[in-house]
Amino acid sequence: MARRILTGFIANEAGKAGFRRVVVGLSGGIDSALSATLAAEALGPANVHALIMPYRTSVPESRAHAEMVVRGLGIASQVVEITPMVDAYFGVFPDADQVRRGNKMARERMTILFDHSARLEALVLGTSNKTELLLGYSTLFGDMACGINPLGDLWKTQVRALARHVGVPEAVVQKVPSADLWAGQTDEQELGFTYERVDQVLHLLVDRRYEIPEVVVAGFDEAFVRAVARRIQTSQYKRRLPVIAKLSPRTIDREFRYARDWGR
Amino acid sequence: MQGGFWSAAVPRCAGCQEGANGVKCAWLLGPRGRWVEGMALRRFKIALAQISPALGDLERNLALHEKLAREAASHGAGLVLFPELSLTGYFIKDLVSSVALRAESPELRPLLALSRDVALVVGLVEETPDRRFYNAALYLEGGAIRHVHRKVYLPTYGIFDEQRYFAAGDRARAFDAALGRMAILVCEDLWHPALPLLAVHDGADLILCISSSPGRGLGPEGRFANAAAWEAANRTYAALFTVYLAYAGRVGYEDGACFWGGSEVIGPGGEPAAKAPYLDEALLYAELDPNELRRARIANPLLRDERLELTLRELGELVRRRSGGSPPSHG
Repeated sequence: MARRILTGFIANEAGKAGFRRVVVGLSGGIDSALSATLAAEALGPANVHALIMPYRTSVPESRAHAEMVVRGLGIASQVVEITPMVDAYFGVFPDADQVRRGNKMARERMTILFDHSARLEALVLGTSNKTELLLGYSTLFGDMACGINPLGDLWKTQVRALARHVGVPEAVVQKVPSADLWAGQTDEQELGFTYERVDQVLHLLVDRRYEIPEVVVAGFDEAFVRAVARRIQTSQYKRRLPVIAKLSPRTIDREFRYARDWGR
Repeated sequence: MQGGFWSAAVPRCAGCQEGANGVKCAWLLGPRGRWVEGMALRRFKIALAQISPALGDLERNLALHEKLAREAASHGAGLVLFPELSLTGYFIKDLVSSVALRAESPELRPLLALSRDVALVVGLVEETPDRRFYNAALYLEGGAIRHVHRKVYLPTYGIFDEQRYFAAGDRARAFDAALGRMAILVCEDLWHPALPLLAVHDGADLILCISSSPGRGLGPEGRFANAAAWEAANRTYAALFTVYLAYAGRVGYEDGACFWGGSEVIGPGGEPAAKAPYLDEALLYAELDPNELRRARIANPLLRDERLELTLRELGELVRRRSGGSPPSHG
């Protein structure tokens, strides 16, 4: 059922936005593989264009996995190396730390995706899941940027289950999640907890509206629960439009309220 | 058996159209032995149009209504039920005033003309002369607006924001149509059991519920939690009130919210008579059978045994206590 709803979502919302095609960045990881698979089912493989955008430090396995997904789905793809652009920039700012470099790579990929949106008349398909969106574990105007996102209401653990269900290659489903921004990086090491564990806490806090003490009573470490709650709160800005200084009687998104699907 | 005694004993109902399927005007025994005038439910085919309206595009939606109403009529339907806000789409927000219609709006004329062939229930934003905007349903029949129901309970929580945009209706009445005595409720109205209770004791044999329900809480068994709750409520109401219940849902997406469809007609024993698929557009048909209704009420005379005076008395006490009035005194 989730598969039907999400493929229906992609076909319907892309169509209403005026697109028959989507373009998606394939990292070699499970999220973008699932997005691409759902899109190929929704629109037909001929209407899904994948971009593989490695940096020189990306592990070769990532590209191999992305190409495995492309072959499996029978979709078109193109490799666009981001090394020249990113290195040219950091040639000017050589002392930048890993976080700045990682964000720059994510935003470099975003500009390439949106350029290909215009080039191919294809809507940019999102790949951010609910877990990373709520933890703020993603780059604003980088990997978060998209036209529509079929995965944004699925926990990471649900992404895994659905990916397996729709036939994403097992090598992609089973590998350790990583943003692949520097050598040896893994999500769970960087976050300090496992997706299994944090998804349970997020489910209680968000879906079930548990208060923090209630989550603790349900069997989770208080410091861990508080850290998760803090991450949600401090990353709230990433999930909203930029704040507008109010002057007029009718301010965008405050008193001026229309659905995005207005008239469609 | 429809002999001279009845025609001599009681005057004929003004709305009665003799001869259709041999069912004539009936008189229902109301509470405390008072005779309540009403039309007996006729045997007819109902159609539920499970559509995906365009958000805020009246013209496109009107054309869709006309097309489906014609199709249903050509299949012998006597009544076509469209979902909540079927002429406008659901999350219209600040478009409410722009897509509102008046009873005399020329946009309604094609539908009124069609209603000479087939009765229609459509969902729309109704603008009243004093500039209130209601989430309303019209019953169109014989070229006229036969009944208006204004949604009483406007959900304003979770995904919903209706009280921000709409005025609330203040009644849920049954009405006589050529096909029988029935009542219309809009979506959230059915989540407050007082309204279907009032409607059936006002003589409705058929509850028409029109809805635009965004799916929430997809479960591992592949059904939205709120769809499961709706289906349970529909069966329960039909069985407890021994009425036919037609639930017209919609499909499609608005800003990522997925309307799950699943329109259905439940018989007066609580068993589904027809069920539309989830997520796909459909035109669902069901035969309504007055004999089925009669048998259900013989088997389960729940309406006969209802004690409205008790409910009224106790509700009065309850309201007085809750509003800080003096406690009830006895003796």
